[in-house]
Amino acid sequence: MELINLFVRSIFIENMIFAYFLGMCSYLAVSKTVKTAVGLGAAVIFVLSITVPINYLLDNYLLRPGALQWLGAEYADVDLSFLSFIMFIAVIASMVQLVEMIVEKFAPALYGALGIFLPLIAVNCAILGGSLFMQQKDFGAITEALTYGFGSGIGWFLAILGIAAIREKIAYSNVPAPLKGLGITFIITGLMALGFMSFMGIKL
Amino acid sequence: MATEKKNISEEKEAKKKEMILFLSNSEEKEHFLSKGNRKLLSDPLDDNNPITVQVLGICSALAITVQLEPAVVMAIAVVAVMAFSNMIVSMLRNMIPSRIRIIVQLVVVASLVVLVDQVLKAYAYDVSKQLSVFIGLIITNCIVMGRLEAFALGNGVYKSFLDGVGNAAGYGLILVIVAFFRELLGSGKLFGFEVLGHKAATLADSTGLYALGYENNGLMLLSPMALIVVGLLIWVQRARNRKLIEEN
Repeated sequence: MELINLFVRSIFIENMIFAYFLGMCSYLAVSKTVKTAVGLGAAVIFVLSITVPINYLLDNYLLRPGALQWLGAEYADVDLSFLSFIMFIAVIASMVQLVEMIVEKFAPALYGALGIFLPLIAVNCAILGGSLFMQQKDFGAITEALTYGFGSGIGWFLAILGIAAIREKIAYSNVPAPLKGLGITFIITGLMALGFMSFMGIKL
Repeated sequence: MATEKKNISEEKEAKKKEMILFLSNSEEKEHFLSKGNRKLLSDPLDDNNPITVQVLGICSALAITVQLEPAVVMAIAVVAVMAFSNMIVSMLRNMIPSRIRIIVQLVVVASLVVLVDQVLKAYAYDVSKQLSVFIGLIITNCIVMGRLEAFALGNGVYKSFLDGVGNAAGYGLILVIVAFFRELLGSGKLFGFEVLGHKAATLADSTGLYALGYENNGLMLLSPMALIVVGLLIWVQRARNRKLIEEN
């Protein structure tokens, strides 16, 4: 029950794009057509649900104050948390590389679909943001971290799918010239975010 | 004798030139604030603004624009990180193998961000708590990586430094403008000072605009309004500067 609650929260209430504006660069750049938006969204779900649990293990057994206790009592007061940015980004960059190679070898069709988007993801703020929020939220178990990663990925996917569908339609509308393209996209995203705020306070 | 002296002075001159060439690493000797260099600084403020024109670096920016103070701190942090990462990558640009350049760049940026984070924790703890994960997210801020890829890998050290400062300033400018309107309209304050007067429980006790029945617009404090304010900013900028208008 706790997990379902977390899952729904991470999709709708703490949506990566609408609540925290994470991953906005690729969100704005790749949302011109629905097809590419689906590709990137799927890649984000995939990478988030792998890197968040891995970084959770890293945080709990290496980085946080007292995490090194399993090495022996004399390591109990070692605090490596200042290293977390570098460790997280290294894990993300190498995981993205690894996932790319594995997908290319075993699922060429999926690689064809995700292809160019996978390397882009290493510098997507939503991925690093997922790990940093995971660290801040202090989850009790790895299943919670996995649920959080998967849920935020789905939230990101929904957001980019929605804006891509709207942008395909708005190409036929008469938007004031200076607002065309970027400006109207920002305003629509803002309105969508206002809509998503109505989920606030839902508790399962 | 005279020619010898001249030779020596010429040699000195040549050495000086070499030093300057080494420092700026550009083909011709340029004044430190020549026209080209000034353009590097001023272009990103309007015509080539990172947020409203290049559409890079929005990620970690907008969530911290509810108040002016964190926005200004964030802008300063980004200026520091971008200027020095551009400089360092430009120094290393002939040594980095192109296949692993992304990882090298990430490591350089991440180390600088760790430094900034530790300094903020030491000297501005409250603001650092407010910014929470968003300082860490400078690492994946697309504008940092974008300028490293597009400029620092192909230009001299001093020019890269200026480009970093210019782009970060263009980014900070938008942050500060958005934060200014959101704090002023949302809570009637600037940097925490009540510029529109004091709002008390009853109309009679209030001062300034609040005595006339003015109310804060609570909507401005919600995160979606950051996006809408940026959208309106883009509208204003493109209406003024019509060559930026997109086709569709």
